Amino acid sequence: MTISLKINGALKEVDPAPGTPLLWVLREELAMTGTKFGCGVAACGACTVHIDGVAERSCQALAEDLEGSEITTIEAIGSSPAGAAVQKAWTELDVVQCGYCQSGQIMSAVKLLNDIANPTDQDIDDYMDGNACRCATYVRIRAAIHRAADIMEG
Amino acid sequence: MTLNTTRRKFLSGAGAALSVFVIGLNPKGVLATTSASGGNITPFLTIAEDGTVTAIIKHFEGGQGVSTGLSALIAEEMNMALEDIQWEHAPSDPSRYANLFFGGFQGTGGSTAMANSFIQYRTAAAAAKEMLLAAAAEAWGVDASTLSLSEGLILGAEQQAGIGDFVAAAGAMQVPEAPTLKDPSEFRIIGKEIRARRDTADKINGQAKYAMDVQLEGQMVVALKRAPKYGAKVASFDDSAAREVPGFIMAHTLPTGDAVMAYAQTTWAAFQARDALEIEWDMANAETRNSAAIKEELLGMVRTEPQFTGSATDLATASKAIDGSAKVVEREFYFPMLAHAPMEPMGATIEPTADGGVIMHDGAQFPTANNMVLGQVLELPPEKIQVNTLYAGGFFGRRATPNSDYVVEAALAFATTDRTRPVKLVWSREDDITGGYYRPAMAHRVRVGLDANGAIVGWDHRVAGQSIFKGTAFEPMIVRNGVDHSSVEGIADGAYTIPTQHVGLTDAVPATTVNWWRSVGHSHTGYVMEVMMDLLAEAAGADPVEYRLRYLDETNPDGARMATTLRLAAEKAGWGNDLPQGRARGIAAHKSFGSYCAMVCEISTDADGVVKIENVTAAIDCGIAVTPDVVRAQIEGGIGYGMGHVMRDQITLEDGAVYEQNFPDYEPLRMRDIAEVKVYIVPSTEAPTGVGEPGTPPAGPALANAIAAASGKRVTHLPMTSSDVEFA
Repeated sequence: MTISLKINGALKEVDPAPGTPLLWVLREELAMTGTKFGCGVAACGACTVHIDGVAERSCQALAEDLEGSEITTIEAIGSSPAGAAVQKAWTELDVVQCGYCQSGQIMSAVKLLNDIANPTDQDIDDYMDGNACRCATYVRIRAAIHRAADIMEG
Repeated sequence: MTLNTTRRKFLSGAGAALSVFVIGLNPKGVLATTSASGGNITPFLTIAEDGTVTAIIKHFEGGQGVSTGLSALIAEEMNMALEDIQWEHAPSDPSRYANLFFGGFQGTGGSTAMANSFIQYRTAAAAAKEMLLAAAAEAWGVDASTLSLSEGLILGAEQQAGIGDFVAAAGAMQVPEAPTLKDPSEFRIIGKEIRARRDTADKINGQAKYAMDVQLEGQMVVALKRAPKYGAKVASFDDSAAREVPGFIMAHTLPTGDAVMAYAQTTWAAFQARDALEIEWDMANAETRNSAAIKEELLGMVRTEPQFTGSATDLATASKAIDGSAKVVEREFYFPMLAHAPMEPMGATIEPTADGGVIMHDGAQFPTANNMVLGQVLELPPEKIQVNTLYAGGFFGRRATPNSDYVVEAALAFATTDRTRPVKLVWSREDDITGGYYRPAMAHRVRVGLDANGAIVGWDHRVAGQSIFKGTAFEPMIVRNGVDHSSVEGIADGAYTIPTQHVGLTDAVPATTVNWWRSVGHSHTGYVMEVMMDLLAEAAGADPVEYRLRYLDETNPDGARMATTLRLAAEKAGWGNDLPQGRARGIAAHKSFGSYCAMVCEISTDADGVVKIENVTAAIDCGIAVTPDVVRAQIEGGIGYGMGHVMRDQITLEDGAVYEQNFPDYEPLRMRDIAEVKVYIVPSTEAPTGVGEPGTPPAGPALANAIAAASGKRVTHLPMTSSDVEFA
């Protein structure tokens, strides 16, 4: 089934089998492998993307339901103000370890900063709860979100 | 895995490093590959004609920061900024890239990456520097001693030029046999507070490539439907439903009989097809036990005379001392099986080459094992096998097993085809959680006798569990007198000096496959030792820090370093200071992988006794901390890994089948679980030791001791949630 998806501002024609999650269309049909497969059941957040400005687990979103939606992935998040600030803060604090969850962490963190300019620790716990990091980089993620908020404030 | 990282071993390792280096620099060897596009001045770094220095990293980067750490060694000796070092993974070639603590074997594990590379990489960089200076001196007609190298420029003789200008000439030079390494007083990178991880840039914009990300022209993806119980075999299968899945290619029984392989055009199709397979299993030799029964078996073993003795003191001697003591403290402990569950599920891709060989694309923890497996399974000569090492999305030990499990699967999956198309093996999370290779379930029973002053007079320590190393190729290195050292490491060979201590071990009947899991045996022995030390302090009416110090003999280096580390953690945590209502602290200290780690865990409890971890304050002595911020990151991560699992994780069997399937039943540590972690590094001039694993063993007992301080409840059967501890 040929469908048209708007990903990172560009229209892409794709032809997934019915019922294929957006995750696998991104990774295998479009070779955009920054969005990661971690669990397939929306329990780890590694596959988080933005769909119409909402952080969603792409392993649960069917590609065929997304025609007309604005999809943003890790590959383009740096071009938004919050995305750039988050990437800068992640770099300043050397947040990453293995890095496999970090695409999803960054997508959730950007959504948080888009919603709340100066998040509290409780806000961070609430927004980041669905993003697992087996390396346990959480303390740095927390510090980096606060730092990104400061960067955006200027 | 226990590896000897004592000073003596370290120095002999350094000698081996030099010989590798000289081989690498033989003009007929690697050095001779100097070319227009760049030169391999040594096996460990290349310098391009534009002056770009690229570190060749012999250990895979799985998040532990080795790409940064080894790059820092090169930056140091070549007087460059760490930010200016590029890096890439080394090819699989143990003649140049062996782990110096693993014999002639290239691989990562046992927290050895920095310890075995510290002199090797510095020597390589120092030699490159001397050769570049010599080449410039010759070109300029001056003495090399008048020249210096800094930030990629050669300076002196009233001129300067980039190092790239001298790559060709340096590559033809005689290699200095013993280049001069910097004196530590000259260090400007090593041990300094620099945040410049070499893998950050790739990992914040989706560009980092992991084994899961490999996509080759024409590749098939294979997913396996594995035996539901350990020991079950495929009797027959029906793939008629799988054939209805768009993109399905074919299905075959894995030649071992342990699974059926579904091949498809995409990963999604392979998973769909795999799930659609109907398989008849031969359950004749399948495991049938429940975890509850296995737990009782293990506890039964530690209540009777052990099978093997792992200490100089025998059971009778220890028992006599304990029986005659003023007070006996006794506890039993149980540890469940645990999955490693790195974020990236297992997998690898095998690509056929035009000459009939293969390239394996893998986050390869043991590249040499990959070569051996591919050679055996595909019957290929060594020169036709390449291993392309990629980033690993975490490992914690899982990307290597004694039998190279998923590497064998990938090789068999490829061998079952006509070998014309690349074959990519992909594990799902369910494969990972149910697929074996767990930290084995373990039971401990400890009886300690105290005299009237609370001093230890005898210690009987019995352990039971499934051996990791027996029956594997590694057995001769690890097993002595029947004792798999990895089952008891951290008891008698810890930093404490404990009198009249007996250690006994009984092997359990295998219930599944087991593997080394971050900190291996220390993952349970550390917990037992540190909960016991807390109990003994309580019985003696002593402060837990002060009591531990009584058993750290500061006239020996082990005791002195542990004592210093313990004091630092206690001081930074404000040990002994009053806490607000509802707060409590616990402390633990454990030596592993040559490093000394201590930490204080502070918790709050509400009126219902619900526990929240408020902060953890840790201290680590890992010798010279080459990249201190990476060291802190590893301890932060080790704490999270240790605490998360003791809080609520276990792998259980129901009638022989694994019950837990995915993260909802094997719940990872989350952001909300630990509010704050602080790590302090003990200043040291000793050789570097491990940091990937040593943060994990003391984490669980520090939490357990805090819970005991808050409520009096001693958690001895894990996970804590199964012992009626509730977390916020």
